Amino acid sequence: MAEPLLEVRDLKVHFPTDDGLVKAVDGLTFQVMPGETLGVVGESGSGKSVSFLTVMGLITRKQAIIEGEVIFQGQDLLQIPADEMRHIRGARISMIFQDPMTSLHPFYKVGTQISEAIRVHQKASKKEAHDQAVEMLRRVGISKPDERASQYPHEFSGGMRQRAMIAMALSLNPDLLIADEPTTALDVTVQAQILDLIDRLREEFNASVVIITHDLGVVAEHCDHLQVMYAGKIVEYGTADDIYYNPHHPYAWGLLGSITRVDEAQKERLHPIKGLPPSLIFVPPGCAFHPRCPYVFDKCKVDVPELLPSDGHHAAACHLPLADKQRIYAEEVAART
Amino acid sequence: MSTQVTEEPTPVTERARTPLVRITGVKKYFPITRGIIFQKKIGNVHAVDGVDLEIYPGETVGLVGETGCGKSTLARVIMRLYDATDGTIEFDGQDITHLKGGDLREVRRNMQMIFQDPFASLNPRRTVGSIISEPFRLHRTVPKSKIRPEVQELMELVGLNPEHYNRYPHEFSGGQRQRIGVARSLALRPKLIVCDEPVSALDVSIQAQILNLLEDLQGEFNLTYLFIAHDLSVVKHVSDRVAVMYLGKIVELADGVTLYENPKHPYTGALLSAVPIPDPNLAAHKKRIILEGDVPSPIDPPSGCRFHPRCPNAQFPKCKEDEPELERMTSGQLAACHFPLPDRAIMDEGAETTSG
Repeated sequence: MAEPLLEVRDLKVHFPTDDGLVKAVDGLTFQVMPGETLGVVGESGSGKSVSFLTVMGLITRKQAIIEGEVIFQGQDLLQIPADEMRHIRGARISMIFQDPMTSLHPFYKVGTQISEAIRVHQKASKKEAHDQAVEMLRRVGISKPDERASQYPHEFSGGMRQRAMIAMALSLNPDLLIADEPTTALDVTVQAQILDLIDRLREEFNASVVIITHDLGVVAEHCDHLQVMYAGKIVEYGTADDIYYNPHHPYAWGLLGSITRVDEAQKERLHPIKGLPPSLIFVPPGCAFHPRCPYVFDKCKVDVPELLPSDGHHAAACHLPLADKQRIYAEEVAART
Repeated sequence: MSTQVTEEPTPVTERARTPLVRITGVKKYFPITRGIIFQKKIGNVHAVDGVDLEIYPGETVGLVGETGCGKSTLARVIMRLYDATDGTIEFDGQDITHLKGGDLREVRRNMQMIFQDPFASLNPRRTVGSIISEPFRLHRTVPKSKIRPEVQELMELVGLNPEHYNRYPHEFSGGQRQRIGVARSLALRPKLIVCDEPVSALDVSIQAQILNLLEDLQGEFNLTYLFIAHDLSVVKHVSDRVAVMYLGKIVELADGVTLYENPKHPYTGALLSAVPIPDPNLAAHKKRIILEGDVPSPIDPPSGCRFHPRCPNAQFPKCKEDEPELERMTSGQLAACHFPLPDRAIMDEGAETTSG
């Protein structure tokens, strides 16, 4: 098997606050292989953004207590000095943020913002960088890129701003692109365009992609592997087929049951997860999901379940025996249709 | 649910014959002006440009479209938050287009709104109790001494803890805030609730809770909803009938199942094909109509059919010159298109057999 591009081992990110220690990420282990797309799914506050901001070096030991290892191309990113990290960030790992309205600077022309990123990392004249920026805008599907490059962000629509962000993120040909809820603020039609664009560019640039989202519906056709996060931990990991057709964790069942499907034959009631995500200061003992889980039993309240693989690639952190999970999920699906 | 019905709602009762809301030829133009002291009008934003719609008691009408298609403006015109430039709005048999003052307030008691952003639509400096009780104080339907128990009952109804009466909005999560918004809209027991993207700012798991809550309340209080969203799957889930809007006009109007199985307007087809399906195999086999470009400017909308510059099926010169009217299609719904899509244009043949 090939070397993973990114390997995160037992990552913990804890924020000290006046109210107590916020355990945003609590023992995260996963890897991203070269050329694959990994989907990271979870509710607000499940630690999905924080873990990747830590990978990017945007959350540092100044703000949080960080433990564990983040190995990227053989280097532990948590051990290297800040100025070295600055060379990696943007050039080899880059990120697209959720809100294209606020992540572009309103005072600078879009082309200038993209060429700035190029000039920080490469020896290029202003002219060369600008040409490169225009070329990137063309590749992300913006028409008349030379005119657009000299416009300001407010002259762009939401979808175009997100395209400009993608152009900026890919302008240095990174090996890993992290897309944090890239389409949440966008219309459905634009969402489809942007996800297709990310797919196409991943092949063109031969990069790995991480898509962070709260909506399992969005990423079905774009991800090779998915990991479902809850309260700072991975509760299920598997291929797209595993998660969508044979999910093993009750939380994943709840996420799937919450999605409104356009292809449902008649009006069906949704099956959401009851209650709210837990406070990350007082994480419930045992399985963090147990207060919301409909299948809870005594062991769940005491023992923290480990992420155990049921076969080579599919793993879930749940105390229910595998046979029970398969039976219960089959029943749930049957009850729905 | 039968598949032929279109204009009329599916639950056919005698009462359902008279619409709760009837809007005819409604237009809303926003003037564009130039100059600081002497303002000169140089054009109009055609936000809503001739819409007819009827909403029957007890039904849910969905309104979908991309950003900028005029769906929120239409809702605000119906609520009389904007004055219509042209056309009439009838509510419960009464023409409310030009109502003012006390008469308007009387009507507003029966129509309420839930807003998109639960972070911006609640005053951060007031307690939940005072936010929810505001309608009581404005309309004086409940004596002062009864306000607190009334509000707490409402809070319980929408799934909030009544003990949180004195808390402030920032102490609640997004989903709970949206529940506060729902409680406020219910306070006066209105007949119509306009939901403007009520779930698009929420996590999927919380979305589902709110959608279920809205459904329960509809059953309990016999509410009528006008439900606005850009996500067709959400709209289809909650609605009896769905109206698709494009650049200020309704281009297709059908019940949800017909719309999904047999979209006639190419724009509906494109919207449908963009909706993500949580099923990797199905999604991979789905037919895709990818729309080029963005919605054109409503300042100077395209001639003829407004969709023609982006339409994959447009035939010239007809589509560019003739504006299509909403017409009854063979599959039952209303659509405004000269060259409607063939039957089952979006559904994949294998789609029905491989579900789940």
